[in-house]
Amino acid sequence: MAKYLLLKHYRGAPAAVNDVPMDQWTPEEISAHIQYMQDFAARLEKTGEFVDGQALAPEGRWVRYDGEGRPPVTDGPFAETKDLIAGWMVIDVDSYERAVDLAGELSAAPGAGGKPIHEWLEVRPFLSAPPTITE
Amino acid sequence: MDEALLRSLTPSVLSVLVRRGADFAAAEDAVQDALVEAVRVWPERPPRDPKGWLVTVAWRRFLDATRADAARRRREEAVDKEPTPGPAPTADDTLRLYFLCAHPSLTPSSAVALTLRAVGGLSTRQIAEAYLVPEATMAQRISRAKRTVSGVRFDQPGDVATVLRVLYLVFNEGYSGDVDLAAEAIRLTRQLAAVIDHPEVAGLLALMLLHHARRAARTAPDGSLVPLAEQDRARWDTEAIAEGVGILQGALARDRLGEFQAQAAIAALHADAPTAGETDWVQIVEWYDELARLTDSPVVRLNRAVAVGEADGPRAGLAALAGLDDSLPRHCAVAAYLHERDGDLGTAARLYAEAARKAANLAERDHLTRQAARLNARFRH
Repeated sequence: MAKYLLLKHYRGAPAAVNDVPMDQWTPEEISAHIQYMQDFAARLEKTGEFVDGQALAPEGRWVRYDGEGRPPVTDGPFAETKDLIAGWMVIDVDSYERAVDLAGELSAAPGAGGKPIHEWLEVRPFLSAPPTITE
Repeated sequence: MDEALLRSLTPSVLSVLVRRGADFAAAEDAVQDALVEAVRVWPERPPRDPKGWLVTVAWRRFLDATRADAARRRREEAVDKEPTPGPAPTADDTLRLYFLCAHPSLTPSSAVALTLRAVGGLSTRQIAEAYLVPEATMAQRISRAKRTVSGVRFDQPGDVATVLRVLYLVFNEGYSGDVDLAAEAIRLTRQLAAVIDHPEVAGLLALMLLHHARRAARTAPDGSLVPLAEQDRARWDTEAIAEGVGILQGALARDRLGEFQAQAAIAALHADAPTAGETDWVQIVEWYDELARLTDSPVVRLNRAVAVGEADGPRAGLAALAGLDDSLPRHCAVAAYLHERDGDLGTAARLYAEAARKAANLAERDHLTRQAARLNARFRH
C-alpha cells in the first residue's frame, strides 16, 4: 500500500541499451511499442495497482513570478538545460520490490527491431500520510 | 440515518446469504446493493426490522443476479413481499467473515480493501477515496481478492493474528478523507472483540483507543505534527483513555501477553502522565524489552532507544542506538533528537536535515525540517 512514480526522463541515467530515436523506428515498431504500454496499463488496472499514467509534450515554457501587479515572466525553452520528462505512471503496490519489478517490465517495452529498449526509469516513492502510531 | 449502525449489520446479513447457499463473491455484491438501497429508502421509510429488510433485499438482489428466470423471480418476490428476518447468524459467522477477508493468500492491500467492504460495508468508492486510487482500480482489487478466496471454505477456522494485522493497517495507514479510517478500524475491532474472547484482540482495541484519544492534540491548526511531548494533554480524550486502559487491564490480567497488549501498555503509560516530564520512562523501557522479546522487530529497538534516552539520559540512548542498522526508517531522526538532548547541536542539526530528506511522509518531513531550521537559526545568533 505504497504509491510509486515510475518516471521516464532523461537526466543522470546512462543511455538505454537499445537507444534508437523513435522517428527511426518502423511504423509497426511504433505501434508495437504503444500497444505494449497500453497493455501494461490495462494489466495493472486488472490487478488493482494502477493509479495514473500520463505522457507529456516534449517542450514547455518556464514561468516565474515577476512582482506585484505584473504578469508572470515566461522564457525558454532552454535547450542547454533540457531535462525532458517524457511521461510517468503512478502505481499503488504492496512493496518496493513489486514497484521495481513493474518498472523493469515497463523498461522492456519494445523499440527498434522489436527488441526491448532497456531504458532507465526512475522509481520514486510518494510521501504518504503520517502513521497514527509512532512510538 | 445512522450509517455506522447500518453498516454494522453488514457481516450478519452477508452471513445469512452465505448460509443460505450463496457463494461469497455474489452474496457480497448483493449485500452492497442492499446497503445502497437502504441509504436511499430508509430516510423516507424506516424499516421496522432493519436487518430483516437488508436480508430480504440482498437475497432478492442475489437471485436477480444469479437467476435469469423472470417468472420464478416474480413468484419469489410475491412470497418475499413482507420482509422476514433470516436465520439468526451466530457470532462464529461474523468471525469467519473476518478470517476470510484477512486470508493469508491475500496481499495486505487486498485484505484491507476486502475487509472494509465485506465486513465494514463501505462502498468501493469510499475505499478508493480513502486510499487515493481510482475507483476502477479499487473495484478490480476487490473483485480479484474475492476470486482469490473463492476456493476457501467459509467454515474454516482462521488465525486471528492475520485479522489483527489487517485492522492495525486500517488504523495506522491511510488518508483522512470522508471516511475516518481510524474510527472505522476501531469499530471493526470492537465488533471483532464482541465475537471472540482473545487478549490480543482486546490489546489491539486498547491500543487504538489510546492513540485515537490523542488525535485532536496530534496536529496544530495549520496541519503540522505536534510531538507527544509538546501536545496539550487537556485535549486528550479522557473517556477513550479510560476505556482503553480498562480493556487493557482486563487483557493483561489473562496473563497471555502479546505485542498489541505491550504496545497498548506503552500508550497507557503515556496517557497516564499528567505532563510529559512525569512520564514513567523506566516502566516504558521495560515494556519495550517485553515487546522486543515478543517481536524482535528493529523498529521496536529503535523506539526503545528513545525511551532509554529519556530514562537513563541521551548517552545511554545513543549507546542503545549504536547497535542498530542506520538504514531503518526514522533512525536518523532518533539520532538527531538524542544528539540534541546531549547538547551536540551541530550534529543534531545536520542529522535533522538528513532525516527530513529520508522522511516517508510530508508531515514528518516538514516537522524535521523545522527542527533543523530551529537549531541552525541558533548558530546564526
